[in-house]
Amino acid sequence: MNRRDFLKSSAAAGLVLGFHIPGRAATTAPARVNAWVRIAPDNTVTLMIHKGEMGQGTLTSLSQLLADELDIEWSQVRTEFPPIDRAFGMQGVVGSQSIRTSWDPLRRAGAAARQMLAQAGAKRWGVAETDVRAANGVVTNIASGAKFTYGELAEDAAKLPAPTRPTLKDPSEFRYIGKSMKRLDTRDKVSGKTRFGIDVRIPGMVYAAVARSPVVGGKVISFDATRAKAVPGVKDCVKIPSGVAVIADNTWSAFEGVKALDIQFEDGPNAQFSTPGISKMLAEKTLKPGPSARKTGDAAAAIAGAAKKVEALYEAPFLSHAPMEPPNCVVHVREDSCDVWASTQMQTMAYQIAVKITGLPPDKVNLHSEFMGGGFGRRGSSDFVAEAVEIGKLIKVPVKLTWSREDDIRHDLYRPASVTRFAGGLDAQGWPVALSACVACPSIMYTTMGMEPVKGIDHTSVEGLEDLRYDIPNFDVNYHWTEAGLQVTYWRAVGYTQNTFFAESFVDELAAAGGKDPVELRRRMLAKSPRLLNVLNLAADKAGWGKPLAKGHSHGIAVVNNVGSFTAQVAEVSVDKGKVRVHKVVSVTDCGHVVNPAIVEQQIRSAVVYGLSAALKGEITVKNGRVEQTNFHQYDVLRIDETPSVEVHLVASTEAPGGIGEAGVPTLAPAVTNAIFAGTGKRIRKLPIREQLA
Amino acid sequence: MAAINFTLNGQTQTVDVSPKMPLLWVLRDTIGLTGTKFGCGMALCGACTVLVDGQAFRSCSLPVSTIAGKKITTIEGLSADVTHPVQQAWIELDVPQCGYCQSGQVMTVTAMLQKNAKPSDADIDEVMRHNICRCGTYQDIRAAIHRAAEIQATGVKA
Repeated sequence: MNRRDFLKSSAAAGLVLGFHIPGRAATTAPARVNAWVRIAPDNTVTLMIHKGEMGQGTLTSLSQLLADELDIEWSQVRTEFPPIDRAFGMQGVVGSQSIRTSWDPLRRAGAAARQMLAQAGAKRWGVAETDVRAANGVVTNIASGAKFTYGELAEDAAKLPAPTRPTLKDPSEFRYIGKSMKRLDTRDKVSGKTRFGIDVRIPGMVYAAVARSPVVGGKVISFDATRAKAVPGVKDCVKIPSGVAVIADNTWSAFEGVKALDIQFEDGPNAQFSTPGISKMLAEKTLKPGPSARKTGDAAAAIAGAAKKVEALYEAPFLSHAPMEPPNCVVHVREDSCDVWASTQMQTMAYQIAVKITGLPPDKVNLHSEFMGGGFGRRGSSDFVAEAVEIGKLIKVPVKLTWSREDDIRHDLYRPASVTRFAGGLDAQGWPVALSACVACPSIMYTTMGMEPVKGIDHTSVEGLEDLRYDIPNFDVNYHWTEAGLQVTYWRAVGYTQNTFFAESFVDELAAAGGKDPVELRRRMLAKSPRLLNVLNLAADKAGWGKPLAKGHSHGIAVVNNVGSFTAQVAEVSVDKGKVRVHKVVSVTDCGHVVNPAIVEQQIRSAVVYGLSAALKGEITVKNGRVEQTNFHQYDVLRIDETPSVEVHLVASTEAPGGIGEAGVPTLAPAVTNAIFAGTGKRIRKLPIREQLA
Repeated sequence: MAAINFTLNGQTQTVDVSPKMPLLWVLRDTIGLTGTKFGCGMALCGACTVLVDGQAFRSCSLPVSTIAGKKITTIEGLSADVTHPVQQAWIELDVPQCGYCQSGQVMTVTAMLQKNAKPSDADIDEVMRHNICRCGTYQDIRAAIHRAAEIQATGVKA
């Protein structure tokens, strides 16, 4: 018997010596070494993943950060989504921030735990900390060669003070960071085992669906539950702030009950909005300058005195997120406590909303984070959580609220529709000397925070324009906050999704007007932005910019600097009988230090499909305040046969990590429309492209 | 309500539900097998795909009365140990991102490979264009289908 076969577990009465039988279940609970790390006596290590998993790979990449600095075998890794705890800071996944905000604290947490384990080992042997080595999940006494597993030391380690300045590894020592570790969630996702929010089942649970006003802000005037209650399986109908909830003994009955419900709404003022009117309203706003978001030099004067003037009006529609898992939430509200199970991107906010609605003490509310069937910004809102808690508060039994796909498409919080009016001036040599952009669109800040834009500017409405890196001496961006009857929110890449389309298209127009090659023009204007210039050059090089293509094929390029990363994409397209086909996308991203290259590449391929869906097809339209699309037959998305081959290149970098989930989205639309222009001479100024080439 | 008998993943199953209730909700809510997913409710997205006597069907639009006496296979019943060739290929290539549509993708591919052991890219387009993935794993799905066909042909075990 060697020392590894001993299990030391401390009980209140003192130290108990026991036998550790390999393969047996742990005899004591895992020790919490710090907020992020729990180690069981059997040496399995459970890492707390405080950022939800919606496909973007945080479960795996955050584990890499912790496991690397903790220095354990990958096979030791287990993961858990922890409850709400201040120790984790903001628990939520928005703005492509998980890696950026976790890079430092999670490495420190892993390193601190490793140091505490080393100290615990040193103490057992009565040697100095420098005489032991913690690696591969084992602490070794360097002189004697004796070993303790981390699991054997975890309880002792948990009692030690956490080091305030743990020593981090030098990047040359990384064993997981920078490697394409296999995703930890794949096996369960191909065997039906992964539990998404919609899969949660609680004993005694009932099922709910909600009838909501078709117009934002509309109110229920009256309802008659007779026909709904006649649907087999329907138990009850209850009024909640957002409408009327139908309670049933299965989801389908709840949906059928909603269809059968007789309900009258008062529409309210938003019924005045219809898409043609919204387009006109936004375009008219841009005729006069609004509050300034950026002002360099004097664009108006420079355009007036320019050798050549270029003007254009651009428009993008409302978009729905349409994650594959529709919004849903399970709650159990009791007199004295509440549990919420949700696939949410904003755990902290979902939790706070449950506390607020139930009026319970915060420590009596538990939020259980579940795997998300996609997010894309939709799950950053907690409207569906609020609805479920309202229902649960009334009925006091466990209940699962499920939104139908029609509910999801018609009652989403949308990517704002937006219009931008551009003017540009060229000098006698055809180089840009001035650019002005006037934006009109609804404010995300207003919907999500109830705040009027500060000094007239909502930065999410103008990002992609106000921070455009092009070196143009006279540069104006201004904004008209204009509500249009729908709620709006973050949609994968937010303001960049429309503004990068606008900006990168108009820059292409300037190139054409000045007789310049689009890459040549961008190169000249990016001389002071080395990382963006680098991805531009790499993308042009990898795609073979300027070299002959197959007959009828053309190239377009676009660049963006968002979420702390730098991306350039070249799209190769053809147009045949009015139908555009995207054959290939070459995507180059510099996102600083890469944690998992395979996951980053996955995210870019994902972004290409998401961005192309919007560019080619995506559009939410409104009639009398009502969203006209209901399901995937009217809100179509990209399919496998329409998906181009995607070639991803990552720039090797030791810069601090940038975001990746949203980095690849904004450039798709302009790369494609610029390629269409190159091939056909037709300039697309309004999305989606859909039938515009017919 | 009516008692309906069928075979589910090799086991006899009896449910007493409305005959109009779609199989999807019988599986998820009545029986408690949640691997089959709800995506659209109109047979538009493929997330709810299961096998009925070996053929791929959209369970969201299949009244449970129509499957009486038939053999239903869901993702949970595809293999006992996640070693079906399609699952092996999916794991090898790390196909899923959010994973929500993947039960339906895997079941659709399984049915396709039974009829067409070596599908071309055009064959794949034809069948798989009806399965939506919002994470955009399409390129990975295509590669994994070719790999699954290889595994199926050579009988490689993980």
